[in-house]
Amino acid sequence: MRVGVVTFPGSLDDVDAQRAVRIGGNDAVPLWHGDHDLKRVDAVILPGGFSYGDYLRCGAISRFAPVMTEVVEAAGRGMPVLGICNGFQILCESHLLPGALIRNDHRKFVCRDQRLRIENNRTPWTAAYEKGSEITIVLKNGEGGFVADEPTLDRIEGEGRVVARYLEDNPNGSLRDIAGVSNLRGNVVGLMPHPEHAVEKLTGSGTDGLGFFTTLASEVFQ
Amino acid sequence: MARVVVAVMPKPEILDPQGKAVQGALPRLGFSGVTDVRQGKRFEIEFDGEVTDDVLAEVHKMAETLLSNPVIENFSVHVDTAE
Repeated sequence: MRVGVVTFPGSLDDVDAQRAVRIGGNDAVPLWHGDHDLKRVDAVILPGGFSYGDYLRCGAISRFAPVMTEVVEAAGRGMPVLGICNGFQILCESHLLPGALIRNDHRKFVCRDQRLRIENNRTPWTAAYEKGSEITIVLKNGEGGFVADEPTLDRIEGEGRVVARYLEDNPNGSLRDIAGVSNLRGNVVGLMPHPEHAVEKLTGSGTDGLGFFTTLASEVFQ
Repeated sequence: MARVVVAVMPKPEILDPQGKAVQGALPRLGFSGVTDVRQGKRFEIEFDGEVTDDVLAEVHKMAETLLSNPVIENFSVHVDTAE
């Protein structure tokens, strides 16, 4: 599959995401924030880092980037979209995902290997994992606290839309230990930790993140 | 020239780590009796001419669309009459 990776002004992990896409068995297609063009990709990744200085709120200005008009429309048609870290913030600001991400409750930037449980493996990004499987991937954020009002939290839990949950210490104050969520249809997924940094043994904590990038190459989604 | 002010505040039920940091610093500086601090944002938006109802409606739209995130923030709009 052709998987597009958007580069925003300030993206840090776009090249790592492209590399993870290739290691996962797909073609990586660089996309540019200023273009109204998805270059005929089959899926899109919004990478981590920063965007537009994250002025105002993280993701608030990126949401109105020309490429996001196309991403929002394609997501509505069912195209798989994965937002990692800043990408997750952009998807929340775009209203493609519920909730919002605020400054970590302890007010410090956190960077560490983080254990997670995959709660929902019925998305095009997580189907390579067993439901309930526990993985360790890098977490690095300053504004990673997932918040939403109680009725919204109850609804997304009830609909099985919590994709991943933090295990052991909650690293950023995310409500109900939520590390990732999906939209109702399941094609749009946001995740605060970074699976693209855990795809090769040589670097990082292991290869537990690879599943996010191999799923699209599997027959189920061809 | 007319100026409209939009004040954006975190919703009461949303944790405000920045406000908490300020609240923690105040007693260290000798300011006592502070029971809570919430930190928000203030936007001063200037227009040519009078602030009409249409202008205010536009500002509300700006506040809903970009200046605030309704999931975590409330906003208020008022016309700044001070020169």
